[in-house]
Amino acid sequence: MDQSSGQSDRPQESPQRPVAGDEAYRRQLEEIQKVDFVLVELNLYLDTHPTDLQALQQFNQLAQRRRQLAYDFEMRYGPMMHFGHSYSRFPWQWPETPWPWQV
Amino acid sequence: MWIYEKKLQYPVKVSKCDPMMAKFLMEQYGGADGELSAALRYLNQRYTIPDRVIGLLTDIGTEEFAHLEMIATMVYKLTKDENAREMMAAGLGAHYANHDKALFYNNAAGVPWTATYIQAKGDPIADLYEDIAAEEKARATYQWLIDMTDDVDLQDSLKFLREREVVHSMRFREAVEIIKADREQKKIF
Repeated sequence: MDQSSGQSDRPQESPQRPVAGDEAYRRQLEEIQKVDFVLVELNLYLDTHPTDLQALQQFNQLAQRRRQLAYDFEMRYGPMMHFGHSYSRFPWQWPETPWPWQV
Repeated sequence: MWIYEKKLQYPVKVSKCDPMMAKFLMEQYGGADGELSAALRYLNQRYTIPDRVIGLLTDIGTEEFAHLEMIATMVYKLTKDENAREMMAAGLGAHYANHDKALFYNNAAGVPWTATYIQAKGDPIADLYEDIAAEEKARATYQWLIDMTDDVDLQDSLKFLREREVVHSMRFREAVEIIKADREQKKIF
């Protein structure tokens, strides 16, 4: 069915309206999980190899990339962290579902 | 302090409800070599461990809580749509009588978690050797759990957790060497 006529009598609703927990949500979250995996690995490695400059540089680069990914994710789906480590829109978004085990 | 992040460390998917598998997974939730034991063991040991390994114990202890949440998610999803009869048929009747479908820190046999599962000896070598053993025991448990299910989605998450045990064990072994080397240096100077 062609629904792109623009003659819709329903209120304009973007097809990309973010729905927390859906396929796009999981995909974007997985990008963060991938980067976080490397960051945890590098973090533990650096704990016992504190003078490995290359690993440290990789860690700092990825930490920066991680910030960007988290920012983009939170703009779409709301805060990932509490206690002032993420921003919230009105009304207070933190208690909104889904929680991780509900995804 | 700790900050919560509204995400799992690694995705947890299950292809079907399987309350019997949920029962077995409780070994890694509230069992002796499970994730709760691991988190509490490392985070408690760190107060008296040499400064050189406090960071490592803090980081691995924190990661264990993320693993605990993954196990909880598996148990939750595997029992979500089950009723009392199905729980009983899966061997979770005793659990259901006490907890309904709430999670609880039991092992697979229903024995509640106890602090006697963990130790803090105040001796860094003794503590780190316990930590290495704990990681190896948890790795073995994950292998048995992987063998017990044919759910490929569940296996995928369990394999991730098994590999984390391998990495943690390796880091703890390096920590032992760091402490040994520090002691040698003290003897020389």
